Amino acid sequence: MDALSWGAIFGRMFMQLMPVWISLVVLFVFSMRYKRKLGLYGKLFDSMIGMIGLAIVMFWVFTGFFAGATDMIITHDPLSQFSGMKNKVPGTAMSSAGDGEYPFFLLGGDHLARDVFSRVMAGSTIVILIAPLATLFAFLVGITLGLPAGYYGGKLDLVLSFLANLILAFPVILLFYLLVTPEIRLTGMPQYMAVVLFAFPLIFAAVMINSRYYVAPQTRNILMVAILGSLGWLYVSLINAPGSKITLFDTIDLFDVDGGLLTVFVSVVFVNSPTVYRIVRGLAMDIKTRDYVAAAQTRGEGPWYIMLWEILPNARGPLIVDFCLRIGYTTILLGTLGFFGLGLEPESPNWGATINEGRKLLSVYPHPALPPSFALLSLVLGLNLLADGLREESLKD
Amino acid sequence: MGLFILRRFGVMLFTALCLTFVVFFLTNLYPNLEKLAKNQGNFRMSDAEVASYLGNRGYLRSLPVKYGEWLGVLPGYVIEGSDGKTRGKCFGPDDTKETADRYCGLLQGDWGFSTVFKDDVLSIINTRLSLTAKLMFWVMIVMVPSALIVGVMAGMREGSKTDRSLSTAAILTTATPEYVSGVIFIVIFASSAVGLKWFKGSATSAMDSANFENFFLPVLTIALYGMGYIARMTRASMAEVMTAQYIRTARLKGVSFRNIVMKHALRNALIAPFTVIMLQFPWLLNGVVIVETLFNYKGFGWVLVQAAGNNDIELLLAVSVVSVVVVLVTQLISDIGYVYLNPRIKVT
Repeated sequence: MDALSWGAIFGRMFMQLMPVWISLVVLFVFSMRYKRKLGLYGKLFDSMIGMIGLAIVMFWVFTGFFAGATDMIITHDPLSQFSGMKNKVPGTAMSSAGDGEYPFFLLGGDHLARDVFSRVMAGSTIVILIAPLATLFAFLVGITLGLPAGYYGGKLDLVLSFLANLILAFPVILLFYLLVTPEIRLTGMPQYMAVVLFAFPLIFAAVMINSRYYVAPQTRNILMVAILGSLGWLYVSLINAPGSKITLFDTIDLFDVDGGLLTVFVSVVFVNSPTVYRIVRGLAMDIKTRDYVAAAQTRGEGPWYIMLWEILPNARGPLIVDFCLRIGYTTILLGTLGFFGLGLEPESPNWGATINEGRKLLSVYPHPALPPSFALLSLVLGLNLLADGLREESLKD
Repeated sequence: MGLFILRRFGVMLFTALCLTFVVFFLTNLYPNLEKLAKNQGNFRMSDAEVASYLGNRGYLRSLPVKYGEWLGVLPGYVIEGSDGKTRGKCFGPDDTKETADRYCGLLQGDWGFSTVFKDDVLSIINTRLSLTAKLMFWVMIVMVPSALIVGVMAGMREGSKTDRSLSTAAILTTATPEYVSGVIFIVIFASSAVGLKWFKGSATSAMDSANFENFFLPVLTIALYGMGYIARMTRASMAEVMTAQYIRTARLKGVSFRNIVMKHALRNALIAPFTVIMLQFPWLLNGVVIVETLFNYKGFGWVLVQAAGNNDIELLLAVSVVSVVVVLVTQLISDIGYVYLNPRIKVT
């Protein structure tokens, strides 16, 4: 078979991504139709920039989903090597395609004869899984610590702010090099950090339920047991891994997280949370002077009720915008980790690692490094545009 | 003001102590020491050999003591090793127990010895930092003026076509991390297969003689990422100033638009970006590590990677001291400069 022309390559890639296009069209049609009922999300469809951003972000979300959960998008196994495909240019036909095997390497082969297209698509699954979740955890840590620091001020604020500045004064890459190495993993450090960092969602949920329902103890107790029970189980499963430093809960362990993945996750949360803390603290200091806070204080509401049910909802605008920006930043951090070969196992198709492998032969074979570069660039750009659109629309009212 | 600076220096010193202790702790964890021993000795050492290697060189004592020795507040160790040789922290190549100094730490001006480069840490840091300073200097020359111009152009007529396109460009550059833009630039401008071949894809030769051909791409790569952020801040600040009362007054009395921007708006609009530019330094440090790796320029960032990759404890400590000082000093300068530029704010 002959090699494909560039037009044919793009045509075939378009066809290969068909489930993504269909999902995107469905999403946009429904959202446009009901945009007046969808709150801030619906208003996004009034701004061109916001819509472009959302389209790019959702493209990668759907791609990550379909590539990870189904076999519709990926043409070849991203980890296996195919004979005769080493460093082949985009559109090269497979020399010996078996039955039912996709006959082309759409974006060529890399230096280990793996399919670049499939690797980039598989890489999106990793990003889509880790980046939003790590950002969410960083937000929960930042909110749980930032609200009391801003609300109470004083010594608590002093100590917490000093710690946050301490982490922020570290160059990120040095911190990664210190935290994300196989040697550190042997000491169990990432797991101990996970014990601390992953406890914050639990604390957050407990305080939130208690401050809201303390007047109705029965409802509170039922909710507490149900939510903390399930969250606690997830927590225990996350931090526990057989054969590591924490094996206390082996009997009730639901799933095992790969050690490298956990390390990456923990360090990304660790790096992000001080910035979130500072933002939340600033917002809390600003909002606590408002009249509705004074009204709640006069009513006799407890401090945590005021923080979580009066201040936090009123700080949501800037926090949502920052959430989008921060997912983008987390994506960049994950890429940086991959670029320096830290964390995830070396053959993993994450974008940073793929760029790093591709750059070694860059001047002769540019094609393995470029697709993951553009993928990462477009996702971060989409998130930035989305944040811009959200900021514009939330300022309108 | 004097008291303010003094207090800030106190906080800085305390922060630096805490951070170096954290680095010290992490690099002195046993698996890291084991890696160090195997790198220095040989990779087939048994566990007992590793332990005796580390014990002979004083690595296996308590953490605060080792940290105190590194700082120079405790006397350096002298250990008669299991192999019969006496080693000491302060021993030079041909020192004995009697001739060596008792203290040799940071306070005595001794930064230690790099196990990777087999050289004095201070001289390594000196040569590498000056190379990176050269890079940073050109980054600043490229980044700051262009970012300010873009920001002012976009902010002086908010919502115009120029504003829209410049803002989008600024967003694009902030969304492009160095390892992405660097790769794209190398392919476009330096690749021997498809590229324009205008520049070189490696900056190794720029360490001795930097010229446009071998130095432009690394400088541009770092500058571009920071530029978008500064430009956006400048734009926001400029747009805010342009809505102020005194601008309207100037406009109503018939000052030309050019003069309004140059004489009335610009000075006030440049206060906020000053802080942002100062606070960009720590971020540039990250960019430097990536770009020096990508373009093979052996400066400070390259040393950081080498030191961290090989668990070179004393070099790594020196690297973190330098980077922490850079971060804290720029914060201090930005605070003081902000007060100096904006008389409405007073330091308390």
